[in-house]
Amino acid sequence: MPPPTAVQAKDFASDQEVRWCPGCGDYAILKAVHKTLADLGVSKERTVFVSGIGCSSRFPYYMSTYGFHTIHGRAPAIATGVKLANPELDVWVITGDGDGLSIGGNHTLHVLRRNVNLNLILFNNEIYGLTKGQYSPTSRRGTKSPSTPQGSIDNPVSACAFALGAGARFVARSIDTTMPHLVQILKRAHAHQGASFVEVFQNCVVFNDGVFDHFTSKEAAVEAQLHLEHGLPLLFGKDRQKGLRLKRGRLELEVVTLGENGIALDDVLVHDEKNLVMAQMLTGLQPPAFPVALGVLYCDPAPSYEAEVYAQIREAGGPTDDVGALLRHGRTWTVD
Amino acid sequence: MGIQTEPRTGREERDQVVIRFAGDSGDGMQVTGAQFTVETALAGNDLSTFPDFPAEIRAPAGTTFGVSAFQIHFGALDILTPGDELDVLVAMNPAALTTNLGDLRPSGLVVVDSGAFGDRNLQKAGYKQNPLDDESLAKYQVLKLDITRLTLECVKPFELGQKDALRCRNMWALGLMLWMYGRERASTIESIQKKFGKKSPAIANANVAALNAGHAFGETAELSRELVAYTVPKARQAPGAYRTISGTEAIAYGLIAGVKASGLRKLVFSGYPITPASALLHTLAGLKPYGVVTFQAEDEIAAICAAIGASYTGALGVTSSSGPGVALKTEGLGLAIAIELPLVLVNSQRAGPSTGMPTKTEQSDLYQAVYGRNADSPLPVIAAATPADCFDVAIEAVRLAVGYMTPVILLTDGFLANAAEPWLIPDARGLPRFPVTFRTDPAGFHPFVRDEKTLARVWAVPGTPGLEHRVGGIERAFGSGHISYDPENHQKMTDTRFAKIAGIANDIPLQGVALGGPRGKLAVVGWGSTFGPIQAGVQAARAEGLDVAHIHIRYLNPFPQNLGELLGGYGKVLVPEMNNGQLVTMLRSTYLVPAEKLSKVTGKPFKSAEILSAIRARLEP
Repeated sequence: MPPPTAVQAKDFASDQEVRWCPGCGDYAILKAVHKTLADLGVSKERTVFVSGIGCSSRFPYYMSTYGFHTIHGRAPAIATGVKLANPELDVWVITGDGDGLSIGGNHTLHVLRRNVNLNLILFNNEIYGLTKGQYSPTSRRGTKSPSTPQGSIDNPVSACAFALGAGARFVARSIDTTMPHLVQILKRAHAHQGASFVEVFQNCVVFNDGVFDHFTSKEAAVEAQLHLEHGLPLLFGKDRQKGLRLKRGRLELEVVTLGENGIALDDVLVHDEKNLVMAQMLTGLQPPAFPVALGVLYCDPAPSYEAEVYAQIREAGGPTDDVGALLRHGRTWTVD
Repeated sequence: MGIQTEPRTGREERDQVVIRFAGDSGDGMQVTGAQFTVETALAGNDLSTFPDFPAEIRAPAGTTFGVSAFQIHFGALDILTPGDELDVLVAMNPAALTTNLGDLRPSGLVVVDSGAFGDRNLQKAGYKQNPLDDESLAKYQVLKLDITRLTLECVKPFELGQKDALRCRNMWALGLMLWMYGRERASTIESIQKKFGKKSPAIANANVAALNAGHAFGETAELSRELVAYTVPKARQAPGAYRTISGTEAIAYGLIAGVKASGLRKLVFSGYPITPASALLHTLAGLKPYGVVTFQAEDEIAAICAAIGASYTGALGVTSSSGPGVALKTEGLGLAIAIELPLVLVNSQRAGPSTGMPTKTEQSDLYQAVYGRNADSPLPVIAAATPADCFDVAIEAVRLAVGYMTPVILLTDGFLANAAEPWLIPDARGLPRFPVTFRTDPAGFHPFVRDEKTLARVWAVPGTPGLEHRVGGIERAFGSGHISYDPENHQKMTDTRFAKIAGIANDIPLQGVALGGPRGKLAVVGWGSTFGPIQAGVQAARAEGLDVAHIHIRYLNPFPQNLGELLGGYGKVLVPEMNNGQLVTMLRSTYLVPAEKLSKVTGKPFKSAEILSAIRARLEP
């Protein structure tokens, strides 16, 4: 029996009734976050969830921590203000593909390049759910939706490629229903100092059901998922017999099979989280030719934005409450 | 040589003077004006300045649209405006002459650099022939000096390139004007040395040499008829320590003083570059030791959102912009209104709509401030009257924001942002105090527990144990803060938000009369930076025996409780505004008074003479 003070996953749930559609992938992510926070033993009062608008952004209402449901796309900017005012707080930003990559794409870009020390989880369901099913910036070409009855003609954005391009120093991927994996990734994100970007493939049961089945379903997973581990070879498939290597003389990945054509384990590339070029190549892999790369694509820490902001403030001197000195600084003269 | 100026005999006395320095935007007219301002303040005159410059950073040389000007009005009297008419125009080239001559009073003095009146410059300014050679300047006193040549000669020993040497012309002209009005040069020399001394001693020394040469020219030139020296006696000023202060500096100091008065530990200022508001970001970025965190956001929206995030976290979030940027912040303001967080938004208004005229002043964002949001979303709006008033108004903005848990809009404008005046430095110990208490007690807590009197909700800051809660833009239940779509609750919350802001009328001073009695034939009602010209115009009208009063409104939403009654005491109400009639509509719709508009949207402030003639037109039979 654990001592009564121990924090359990359910202690991070608020008393509010969850209002997502039955079967929504968001439930699984919520559970994973509850478990992550319980495992980490973080304090509720120092944890803040900030979200924008959309299905995913209702998330803070279901947490027993501090929570702020803001306006569409602006959660990263508001979270930046939170960290500027109190860098000690543990801040999580919850966003979606529309919120974080369309209306709020600019703020996602800047929070990542500034490297504000927070964790940003982007729920990617490739659809606008709350507004009833329009195609989103991550929807694949040809997506039929109320606003694109003949199929969408926009090219989709890749969330992780965008994050890497923005200069994110931690980029990872997971799937809503793969509880142990998602928890492990969220813990890595939390441990990372600086902005952590986690894309979670999330199934929308109502408007885009099964859109990720080709790599998330039980049948497809083995051949279509590549689980990245720093320092380990890029192996996947049944009995981990398949691997990735660079094509001879080209900056291009290819799938090889161990034991075929003289391929040995040494021929397979080893994952290096600090290698940006490798992260970019892995991010772009798509079925059916390649597996989807999951796990930590890139992790190369650097000082956080707010740490440097406060270093400059200390360098500037003070702090002082002397308003008199403020008003008198510079050139003054006296009238008798 | 010594830089102490001996008191001279033979100087004529003037009680007030208006000078405008005008030249190319690369001629250093703003620096020249600013230095003349410092020396004038140190000489004990009251003063008011008006920097007027183009939006282009370095417009093509010699063109009329590239002219940059700095006007200063100083004197022994109480100086209220930068001046209607110029007594002296210093024109560094033909373009500066042609664009500014119309403001010079008849028989005023025009000082021109004749060396800059070559064919090319004349052509660019649109002159068919040289105005220095014909009768076109006959009604003025003209002082033609080859400042270009005189400058090049005096800086020769420093072996500068032609370009750097010519850049000293403004200091020569400044030296002459400092001599003409008996000002010192010490501060200017100190400032030149500070600016160039380390980087380039030759440039520093050349500028000082040019300054001294211009000064010496005045003293020694045998031009007794054309070149008259003046004395402007000290203004009668209250004893104490003074400084010059621009509206931007005063806002920055006031925001800091307000945050200190509230007991909050941090001011988080978050802005995005925009003319003319950026200066506030620059000023505060240099004041970090006073508990200031500055953040240059990626856009206007992020700027207000970061400020909201900071306020949510227990700092005072402040953001600033000009009209087009404020438009982008609108949704953020709605969020701050909905979740009831303190925030100060400073709008340095400029001529619009759209990009409009970024460096020109206007006060046309009043509707935007009071009405310009979706839904029923009231917030307090206050406006500053003068550069020094910006200090008090900024403190007041902070008081209302933290006292009522509401965003507050503080309106200034391009004129106030840049203009400067002498300021009797207040005793910091005498400043207001309004300590803020964060909620810490979990007993009976929810985030929308309200103060019975002010209706302000509690401020519960992340990091406080036991107060974990969720807030958001979705309508909140009155009694818990939880999401609520209940119809009656929305009515109640809308009514409560309205009543909270309306109740501020009980917590602000009654509307006073700035000049004149509480009843009469005519009240001239203004707000914002029109204070100076209206006050001067009403003064002049009253001196003529006209029955007119000046009412200046600081609180634009809510209005002071007695405003309607006060306006009812006058036969007529005239509302001069640098917009097409915004306050006038608000007064008419709120109080059903037959107020009349007086509109000016030229990008320039009212002249007191314009106010005076409008008063005469309404009161003379």
